[in-house]
Amino acid sequence: MVQFTLPRNSKVTKGKHHAAPADAKTVKTFKVYRYDPETGANPRWDTYDVAVDQCGPMVLDAILHIKNTMDPTLAFRRSCREGVCGSCAMNIGGRNTLACTHAWADTPGEVVQISPLPHMPVVKDLVPDLTLFFAQYSSIEPWLQTDTPTPQREWTQAPADRARLDGLYECILCACCSTSCPSYWWNGDKYLGPAALLQAYRWLVDSRDESTGDRLDGLEDPFKLYRCHTIMNCAQVCPKGLNPAKAIAGIKRMLVERVV
Amino acid sequence: MSKQDFRTALGRARGLGSAHHGVNAFIIERGTSVALVPLCLWAVYAAIKVAPLGYESAVLLLRQPVNAILALLLVGVSFTHMRVGLKVVIEDYIETPLAKIAALMLNSAVCWLGWAVSSFAILWVAFVGGPVH
Repeated sequence: MVQFTLPRNSKVTKGKHHAAPADAKTVKTFKVYRYDPETGANPRWDTYDVAVDQCGPMVLDAILHIKNTMDPTLAFRRSCREGVCGSCAMNIGGRNTLACTHAWADTPGEVVQISPLPHMPVVKDLVPDLTLFFAQYSSIEPWLQTDTPTPQREWTQAPADRARLDGLYECILCACCSTSCPSYWWNGDKYLGPAALLQAYRWLVDSRDESTGDRLDGLEDPFKLYRCHTIMNCAQVCPKGLNPAKAIAGIKRMLVERVV
Repeated sequence: MSKQDFRTALGRARGLGSAHHGVNAFIIERGTSVALVPLCLWAVYAAIKVAPLGYESAVLLLRQPVNAILALLLVGVSFTHMRVGLKVVIEDYIETPLAKIAALMLNSAVCWLGWAVSSFAILWVAFVGGPVH
């Protein structure tokens, strides 16, 4: 549901300042959200004056530099460092994106502000709890479902049918879209969110799948699907350039086709 | 999620399952939006036309069957659109279950009552009429 203020124990306080080393030539300030559940303290904003001449061009390079040379206690997820795994999704300069493909120089303003993906429980620092997000993905049963016996060779598909999956299969489940969606913030326990719905549509339009009706049955719900109010934040922030709102509109169109 | 919630994540994600409805409300929302465009254009046109001519001309306008039917459609479609649209707003913004149910019932009651009173007024003017000399 709508929340206009942060709970008392989530209000962010002023944190520590970490100065740049004496030999730094170019310095950029990073304001990073810090939270350690073991201390019981409120989250805080720590600032780091990073010698950006000593690190790479991406935000992930900068926070790796912070962890390696300034503050080893900083926690964040990262893996592929090339926009494929989706692990390093975070809110940078007020916008959800991947730290590995976003250059710190492209962030407007003097200070680069980094916080975890919005409106999710925080495990530690920049690590959000995505358990429910992945369970919602699992709930749409993202696999091929058929009653016809599996053929001796592969399931065949016309090139035009295969082309319908373009713009859908590329999703890396980074959660940038779902956690940028106000409807997901307010009803995340019942609304499936843009990422899960994009994947639901990916299986709905797969010409090989035989469970289209059952899939539509499972989605036809005022909250699971129709909480999408076409706010379009999902399409704005998707680091892969996908359009979950268009996929959701596709599901709504299929449901209309079924009754009209 | 409370600390005492031992449901699995998948159990929480599935929740109570699908309600198996929603598409009709979706169609009504869009259908009434589209229908309101010509109806509102007609209402603005009619208001501009009769405003300088006074009360009697407004009564005469609603006595014409086409105008009376359009006016009935306008209030019917408007209150339907309002009821369906406000339902979504209430579901989004009101958290307490009891307050939410009360607000949803109040929304329906006000919209149905508004439709009934407005329709009665139009029919009254159309068939009984005001003091036209």
